Amino acid sequence: MQENTEKNCCTEKVIDFVKNLEKVYKQEKDNLISMLEEIQEKYGYIPKEAQIELSEYLGIPMAEIYGVITFYSRFTLEPKGKHTISVCFGTACFVKGSKKIMDRLTDRLKIEPGKTTDDGLFSIDETRCVGACGLAPVFTVNGEVYGKATVQKLDQVLDELLKEESN
Amino acid sequence: MITLQELHKIREEKRKELDLRVNTKADTREKHILVCHGTGCTSSKSPQILENFRKILKEKNINNVRVIMTGCFGLCAKGPIVIIRPEDTFYAMVTPEDCEEIIQTHIIEGKRVERLLCKDIDGKIVNSLDELNFYKKQKRIALKNCGVINPENIDEYIAFNGYEALERVLREYTQDEVIDIIKKSGLRGRGGAGFPTGKKWELTKLAEGKQKYVVCNADEGDPGAFMDRSILEGDPHSVLEAMAIAGYAIGADKGFIYVRAEYPIAVHRLKIAIEQARNYGILGKNIFGTGFNFDIEIRLGAGAFVCGEETALLESIEGKRGQPRVKPPYPAQSGLWGKPTLINNVETYANIAQIILKGAEWYSSIGTETSKGTKVFALGGNVNNIGLVEVPMGTTLREIVYDIGGGIPNGRDFKAAQTGGPSGGCIPKEHLDTPIDYESLKEIGSMMGSGGLIIMDDTKCMVSLAKFYLEFTVSESCGKCTPCRIGTKRMLEILEKLCNGEGEEFDIYKLEKLAVNIQKSSICGLGQSAPNPVISTLKYFREEFRQHAIQKECKALECKAMSKITIDPEKCKGCGLCQKHCPVQAIEGEAREKRTINQDKCIKCGTCLTSCPFHAIGN
Repeated sequence: MQENTEKNCCTEKVIDFVKNLEKVYKQEKDNLISMLEEIQEKYGYIPKEAQIELSEYLGIPMAEIYGVITFYSRFTLEPKGKHTISVCFGTACFVKGSKKIMDRLTDRLKIEPGKTTDDGLFSIDETRCVGACGLAPVFTVNGEVYGKATVQKLDQVLDELLKEESN
Repeated sequence: MITLQELHKIREEKRKELDLRVNTKADTREKHILVCHGTGCTSSKSPQILENFRKILKEKNINNVRVIMTGCFGLCAKGPIVIIRPEDTFYAMVTPEDCEEIIQTHIIEGKRVERLLCKDIDGKIVNSLDELNFYKKQKRIALKNCGVINPENIDEYIAFNGYEALERVLREYTQDEVIDIIKKSGLRGRGGAGFPTGKKWELTKLAEGKQKYVVCNADEGDPGAFMDRSILEGDPHSVLEAMAIAGYAIGADKGFIYVRAEYPIAVHRLKIAIEQARNYGILGKNIFGTGFNFDIEIRLGAGAFVCGEETALLESIEGKRGQPRVKPPYPAQSGLWGKPTLINNVETYANIAQIILKGAEWYSSIGTETSKGTKVFALGGNVNNIGLVEVPMGTTLREIVYDIGGGIPNGRDFKAAQTGGPSGGCIPKEHLDTPIDYESLKEIGSMMGSGGLIIMDDTKCMVSLAKFYLEFTVSESCGKCTPCRIGTKRMLEILEKLCNGEGEEFDIYKLEKLAVNIQKSSICGLGQSAPNPVISTLKYFREEFRQHAIQKECKALECKAMSKITIDPEKCKGCGLCQKHCPVQAIEGEAREKRTINQDKCIKCGTCLTSCPFHAIGN
């Protein structure tokens, strides 16, 4: 989860982390996605150093690894902001108006979904169903689910986060 | 490792101990407080409720009450749900603060906490689970154990005939006998396409090759569907048991579960279940001393819808980009690493053990002529009882929406139901009485799909719904074949034009033409079915498309570019509620005066529409 992610870390740490993974995962090509998952979880993105290390260990060309990373939406090449706000775009949430929540969010933060604010504080994501359809529409802030969401509720949460950051 | 005798002993003892879970007249002084730990209830703090109960019970030194986490009860709209057994009292929307009162009043004083009792749609207080209309027309086979057992405890699964089917299969049946039972049961794939399961097993068994694999497709990507997740969260062992049975039947010793990483709770419980099954020797070498070996590994999906397509899923398990392969050869001949591979969906597996235990005749007596058994649906959208329902095939949509779902909220009208997600279609009002089975749904232009069932009321714009699904397919198209990669993008552009009020009548014709071409020429199921949402909405709601294209009008107010929200001065009573709710202060007017909307400020969010008690706001 987000709390565990370490940002702006140095090259050696990343390589150490991947080397530790190598003790768990065998030198087989099909372990690529599982190893990428662990790296994404830890750092919030896939650093280039990690890709080089993986390429050597698994014997997969860098281009192919890049292909896999960009194919799957869970992997990103850019670090995420401090707070990730995701709006669920599963059908149940869409029907109950999650578009309005997202419109408000992009309006206020002035960035598009998938992007991070210049100050590195916020990232916005469109997620697929988080599974809390009974609470639709839903948005999550750093993994915590806010159900039965309204534009007001979003404003409230956002205001609190901004206040917290300005202190 | 445990012996068969030990397994039987666990089953017998545990079954007695857990009788109160299924028998309201159980002879016991014990009580079990069941707290739902499905994803929905967990999101609204059910783990804290469980903690609080345990803490309070300890403080008060009460020893005959146990607090148990369970999988989904189904009625997610009323979550977090707490059920006390054996009396079957159903408490809805419980908060962590309510625990004290429940223990004091219910457990110690023996009275019900009236204010927390679940109310039905008609406002009637429900004393027990069975009284709820939501459950009356349901039949639970795949969800049998969900909400009954603790999914993280293998003994509780064993207590309710768990692993009995596997034992029977390994000790009494030949491979062909198992396949024969599944074939006779009439079970068809629950992932969407409805291929006969027994036939699939037979083909994989007949395929040549020493090494074969069993795969479970738990990459439930259809947005708004959560059947498979609920089964994995509520009853993971049922899937493991079925995979082992399948492994025996086709001659495989290795299984993979490909599950979405977005389902952390399901992954966690699967890991625990596999570990426990290995410890008991139910997975691993020489299972039950019969010489049969079988083990299961988990592979995580990384957020690509196309990986729900079987060959793309195989590519992904192999660590590659999840792009579909050209079929044939089918996975039964050449699957994982080129070896014969059996792929079934979670819900399909969840039926297997029951079919073995109760027989093919029993199973095929449920459902319709061509579609046997039950189907689980994730009921969502504009319906009162949002949640998970399992109904016999052949149940009508009307029964699901009105009897089980409790109708449409806020006094609105039913407009359409969407089944099959981005691959399916819309069912309008005139087809509400269609029985739900594979063939009937196909006939009216939709499909069974994996089980997402989204209800829409009359405030929904069907053009923007079609656009929503196309946005989804465009971003999820893997890019391998041109019709899907470029064709869906072109369709989306036309729909965007229509929603922005820039469309023309000819666009509708172009949409239809493109849709048919994409259906005919795409490689995999994703592309072939991507135009379905457009085709079916065009079929039933053509007038709405024409309104967008010609009159530049969106009656549902969803297409912002064309909508203008106004207040009817005749109806406005000047209460000011809209003004209070408006997030951008676009509503002007003094206290007790009629209000007006400043169109420059208005962001058309529609908050005022729902807040007006006099229905004075519209377009």
